[in-house]
Amino acid sequence: MTNLLEIEKVSKSFGQVKANDEISLEVAPGEIVALLGENGAGKSTLVKSVFGLVKPDSGVIRINGKVIEPGDTASAIANGIGMVHQHFQLVPVMSVTENLILGDEPRKLGVIQMKEARNAAKAISERYGLDVDPDAIIEDLPVGMAQRVEILKALRRDVKLLILDEPTAVLTPQETDELLDVLRNLAKRGVGILFITHKLREVMAVADRVVVLRNGKLVGTTSPKQSGEAQLAQMMVGREVVLRVEKSQAKPAAPALKVTDLQVLDDRKLEAVRGLSLEVRSGEILGVAGVEGNGQRELVEAICGMRNRVGGTVFIEGVELPNLSPRAAHDAGISHIPEDREKHGLVSSYSIADNLILNTFDKAPFAKGWIRNHDAIAKNGITLVASYDIRTPSPNLPASSLSGGNKQKTVVARELSQNKKVVVAAQPTRGVDVGSIEFIHNQLIAARDKGSAILLVSAELDEVLSLSDRIAVIYGGKIVATFDSKSADRAEIGRLMAGSNA
Amino acid sequence: MRLKTRYPLIVGLVLVFAYFYAQNGIVATSVSFSAIQLALPLALAAMVGVMCERTGIVNIGIEGTMLISAFTAFFLGAIFKDTVLGVLVGIFTGSMMGLLLALMAISWKMDQIIAGVILNILAAGLTSFLYRQNYSIAGTLSPIEIPILSDIPIAGAILSFHGPITYFGIFIVVALWFALYKTSWGLRSRAVGEYPSSADTAGVSVIKLRYINVTIAGGIGGLAGAYLSLEAVGIFERGFTAGKGFTALAIMIFGRWNPLGAFAAALFFGLAQAVTSQLMIDEVVEIPQQFINILPYVLTIVILAISAGKVRPPAAEGIPYEKEKA
Repeated sequence: MTNLLEIEKVSKSFGQVKANDEISLEVAPGEIVALLGENGAGKSTLVKSVFGLVKPDSGVIRINGKVIEPGDTASAIANGIGMVHQHFQLVPVMSVTENLILGDEPRKLGVIQMKEARNAAKAISERYGLDVDPDAIIEDLPVGMAQRVEILKALRRDVKLLILDEPTAVLTPQETDELLDVLRNLAKRGVGILFITHKLREVMAVADRVVVLRNGKLVGTTSPKQSGEAQLAQMMVGREVVLRVEKSQAKPAAPALKVTDLQVLDDRKLEAVRGLSLEVRSGEILGVAGVEGNGQRELVEAICGMRNRVGGTVFIEGVELPNLSPRAAHDAGISHIPEDREKHGLVSSYSIADNLILNTFDKAPFAKGWIRNHDAIAKNGITLVASYDIRTPSPNLPASSLSGGNKQKTVVARELSQNKKVVVAAQPTRGVDVGSIEFIHNQLIAARDKGSAILLVSAELDEVLSLSDRIAVIYGGKIVATFDSKSADRAEIGRLMAGSNA
Repeated sequence: MRLKTRYPLIVGLVLVFAYFYAQNGIVATSVSFSAIQLALPLALAAMVGVMCERTGIVNIGIEGTMLISAFTAFFLGAIFKDTVLGVLVGIFTGSMMGLLLALMAISWKMDQIIAGVILNILAAGLTSFLYRQNYSIAGTLSPIEIPILSDIPIAGAILSFHGPITYFGIFIVVALWFALYKTSWGLRSRAVGEYPSSADTAGVSVIKLRYINVTIAGGIGGLAGAYLSLEAVGIFERGFTAGKGFTALAIMIFGRWNPLGAFAAALFFGLAQAVTSQLMIDEVVEIPQQFINILPYVLTIVILAISAGKVRPPAAEGIPYEKEKA
């Protein structure tokens, strides 16, 4: 069988970093190839080279034996390559039809034939069984629907090779399963599929072949039949990885964090958290599972003093927490690992050592009155860099010099080293490599065992399932169910996350 | 919502006009006539803003574009004793100003506000420095009588006998509206202004489209300048545009970045100015001339205060486009 896509010795460097180092791979028609690797392994760069969004330094990319122009999206599209991007490439204020036709509009003398376009949109969504309303405005659609539009947009141009960049990152488990079905159907029609992921479960479920990248190099090609999850993880990281979090039985004590009837508004002044109540005891991890945008962000920010509460109360060990003061929340005993480490977790131009005392800078031993104690700050920096495995030549370098995983470990080190009563961890491993994920998980368990009450909010259901002692499902700004993690059923939680009250 | 407010508004305006017409027919028509004349440069200047911002480029250099185009249109028209040539020179000058803005904002990725300020300073400086007295043009562009329209009683007196740029300007407004919402150029331009990478990944060149649109918009700004010096009055003075290019930005916002909306907003501005002038002439109100002159600015502030937060500008405006780094 001739190959649909052939990548031959493609290399690309960004400054000093070799993102792709002589990578070669093939995709046959009707084949589903999973591109697996940690963050920064070079997966995105590689597929962007294929789609012409990145111009490789060297190497050749062929479609059906024909060389495509490097760094030219239009040439890639003309040769039948379609791409579903990680961040949807859809104009939020435009309709489904308008988004589908963008760049290749049915027109007469430049005037768009809207009726024709609409019918074509309908026809294609019926042909592939991807049902969407052609007149719906993108910003009104749920994420799973928007992704369908993104897929349809790629399919519309008679696609031979479909590339998907982390397509499941934003989906619920049900939406993910639907997407995997769609991929299987497309493969049956002879479309070659190359999809990027770091979720092993999906790879096992759908891939014919798995290509693993590490540090810009291709480290191996295998198939789900040949290799199990553990083996794939080992290939990704380059060492053995414990996939299941090892933890002892929790020994929960008295409630440390109590939230009652909380109401919070989002940025658009709409009620995002609607009368939410929860309780976390010392020495346990309560995981909040839910599809993003169901009030998780507002919940976390309201507890940590970053967002005004319009109703309800937050108690720390029985003491009510004042509204709207991150400082007061910190002093009352809350550690916060924020969702967006770049924006709320670190000052990237400050040194790592300074970032490690960002909320204790004015307290002993880091300050004497108005004067900073540089010796204590430096000593603290060296200690934490070592004990939290922050990979850097020196704690005096700016935080911006760190990789994503090490930035996150810096935030985790600062927050957990203070042994606070309550730890609020929002998406603690987002955009972090597998090795660092393992480390951060173990640190959270260690904090639990030291007696902290941990509220874990994560969009990764697997993370919630493996770390938590109890699981609360959030939907529409409310906790709709709480489970003991031992009795938790993945499918049921998935249904609750999607809003069915089964 | 817009449809619900549009028709009562039009009906209301017609009723108000009918009332004044019953009071004094000649004055009511002449005020309306001059309202169109006052509105036209504002409308054209607002089209520059609409076209640029819809593709994601903020253009606060409209004032400078108009000023320098009015200058070149007037002086070259005067030197060669050819008013039509002057208009073409004005359009060319404007498009060069647009190209300069495109170069600074798109290729050099400069802050677009600063790039616009540069245009304004450049225009103010050059036109003051190169200004010479004792030049005059052969004559302003002569009014056109629209055959059938001019026979209709009231409408004819208001809508006929305007200059050629006025009619062409109205055509530009309608054409731009049609192009923006009905053609593939418009769809692509709007996508580039809202979410440029979506257009890029669909094979549309963001950089090229922005260059083209900003340059053409500059040409429209040039036409607005030529209107001021060659059709409206037939002279050029330093600082001649008197803030019209800035008022146009408020008009653009008031019109929700829609050419027709902006045209309606410009007519409202023109009408307000025409009515106040008439009230002064009739000595109905005794306000010093200076207060009349600040009217456009006061209206600008009021309108911006009312519409602030209620309208949504194109999402990508002011942000230079860079292909995503891996």
